[in-house]
Amino acid sequence: MSAIWLAVVGTIVFVLGYRYYSKFVAEKIYRLDPNFVTPAHEFRDDVDFVPTKRSVLWGHHFTSVAGAAPILGPAIAVYWGWLPALLWVVLGTVFAAGVHDFGTLVLSVRNKGQSVGTLANKLIGRNAKLLFLFIILILVLMVNAVFAWVISNLFIRFPASVLPVLIEIPLAIWIGYAVFKRKKSMLIPSIIALLVMYGTAVVTSKVPFLQIDLVRYFGGEGSTVLFGLDGVSMAFFVWIIILMVYCYIASTLPVWKLLQPRDYINSHQLVVGLVIMYAGLLFLNPEITAPMTNPDAADKSWLPLMFITIACGAISGFHGLVSSGTTSKQLDKETDARFVGYFGAVGEGFLALISIIACVTLFANIGEFKEAYSSFGAANQGGLGNFIAGGAQLVTGIGIPADIARTIISVIVVSFAATTLDSSVRLMRYIISELGVEYKVPTITKTHVATSIAVLSSAALVLLPKGPNGFGSGGYILWPLFGTTNQLLAGISLLLISVWLKRQGRNYLVTFIPMVFLLVMTTWAMIQQVFFEWSGLQGTNANLLLFIFGAIILVFAIWIVLTAIYELSKKDNNSLDNTFKQ
Amino acid sequence: MDYINNIKKIFQWYDEILSVQHRAEVARELRNEDDLFLLLCLSETLGLPNPAFYYTLELYPYMMEKFHDWHLRMGMEKSPLSGFRCC
Repeated sequence: MSAIWLAVVGTIVFVLGYRYYSKFVAEKIYRLDPNFVTPAHEFRDDVDFVPTKRSVLWGHHFTSVAGAAPILGPAIAVYWGWLPALLWVVLGTVFAAGVHDFGTLVLSVRNKGQSVGTLANKLIGRNAKLLFLFIILILVLMVNAVFAWVISNLFIRFPASVLPVLIEIPLAIWIGYAVFKRKKSMLIPSIIALLVMYGTAVVTSKVPFLQIDLVRYFGGEGSTVLFGLDGVSMAFFVWIIILMVYCYIASTLPVWKLLQPRDYINSHQLVVGLVIMYAGLLFLNPEITAPMTNPDAADKSWLPLMFITIACGAISGFHGLVSSGTTSKQLDKETDARFVGYFGAVGEGFLALISIIACVTLFANIGEFKEAYSSFGAANQGGLGNFIAGGAQLVTGIGIPADIARTIISVIVVSFAATTLDSSVRLMRYIISELGVEYKVPTITKTHVATSIAVLSSAALVLLPKGPNGFGSGGYILWPLFGTTNQLLAGISLLLISVWLKRQGRNYLVTFIPMVFLLVMTTWAMIQQVFFEWSGLQGTNANLLLFIFGAIILVFAIWIVLTAIYELSKKDNNSLDNTFKQ
Repeated sequence: MDYINNIKKIFQWYDEILSVQHRAEVARELRNEDDLFLLLCLSETLGLPNPAFYYTLELYPYMMEKFHDWHLRMGMEKSPLSGFRCC
């Protein structure tokens, strides 16, 4: 079967979902009011609260939420075959993610542009704030650990991508300086920077001398370098250390010096990546070689694990933070929320869809697929590499040579992952400072102390867990934990929207059903992993670090479930009604 | 010509999309600088000796509006300084 059909089916469902379901939700459930004065107008200060055009705000929202995560999740989940992954991405986007992103946006707009965290605080009390902070803290810690490992892995697998990615840093600093000092627009310099990066990618693909291959420098895979580490482990170790040092510097610099211009360049890469891969798909018309369902995937059941493996791309709590944190303060008219929130989720769905297509068309036959996806561990480790190889194969459809295409796609993916990484280190620093304020520990509110804690704990989490592939491979065991935390966050947001709808006497099943589904899946997956895998009770190797983390997340999950039951079953006669009564 | 105008419009729109986030950051940096300047100008009113007091005194009428915005942003309904009747 041609892979174009997957894109066609996905597109049709997305379009129908947006055209009919989101319209139904907007009119009958959220009841958007075109005359409602949005926070952007009410509190206009031209800094945070600025009324923004609908299409511009959608673009901003989409580029904020799209990253490496919606690519990585589906690339791992095709292990169970392409059908379950496709169904979850398509239906999850339409019935869960769209409603969630759209709902958090509306809820925030109706509550003076406050974030989901603040609203949870009002609903559940002060404990909610701490619960929220800890959940986000764990989430960003996971992100740091997973993405540090992922980037190192890609640098080792695709050494040609190292130089183009490294060259982005001085280019970004130069753009930041030019824009800040000379008040120029970033557009032209950033496009030049992008061309320089891709030019470098072409050169490094053709000149092996410029490929920074640490494994080769350390004498190949079989060599022993230091502390009994072989070449690959040592390369991981060095890359992770370099990345952590980079994160430290990037997240303590002022934003305009490095992060902003680099974000700007990466936004171009998102557009370029999506366009060239979908165009390549149309011209190449590849066959699907992966199985529809994979009966050999016996070591891990798809239920419930698939629903936390694909987090971003189907539904993700992180989107709620973006919707209610920045986007809601810039919404011009309340009726724009449907386009910005729901269609933003659809954009993310398209990214997840191309990730599935890239992975299922990569292999020449089903045997090769099963070899690459021989176990869940192999899927975790090789998923992103498979996406890059598959994406590069699609891009050859528009006439770009295979080796150059591979380098360019890997540069795009590494750039996304790096953006996610240093943004999350910065976020972690803020949270540590806030916890310091909350618990009156002034020492950890200082920038460098908080950043050191963030970086060191992330590095420890990557390097300490013993993965099956030796040193540094602990990173990918954490992916299910990351997915769980992310889905819990989405569960909290859906709970808030459900409570708001219930107190207004409206039909809250639209958000209640996805919430129940998510909470059941995440709790089930956590119980399975914490008690049957990481505890060592079933004869598996006990893993104390993962057991502790998993147990903490499980406690949070149960707490949220209990809160949900309590909030949705009680009568509406408390002082909080005013918050959710508008 | 229309064709070129359309291309320009698309580029403008694209640039606007990517600038949304950065515009807010830059505006925040500038606002912080402004707040610091406000503090320097009002230092005498707050009991901090200011050698350029005579000159800053002349600036007060021009600072009225900015000062009003500032104390509202800081969560104070009325002006916190008795000599400053902006609202």
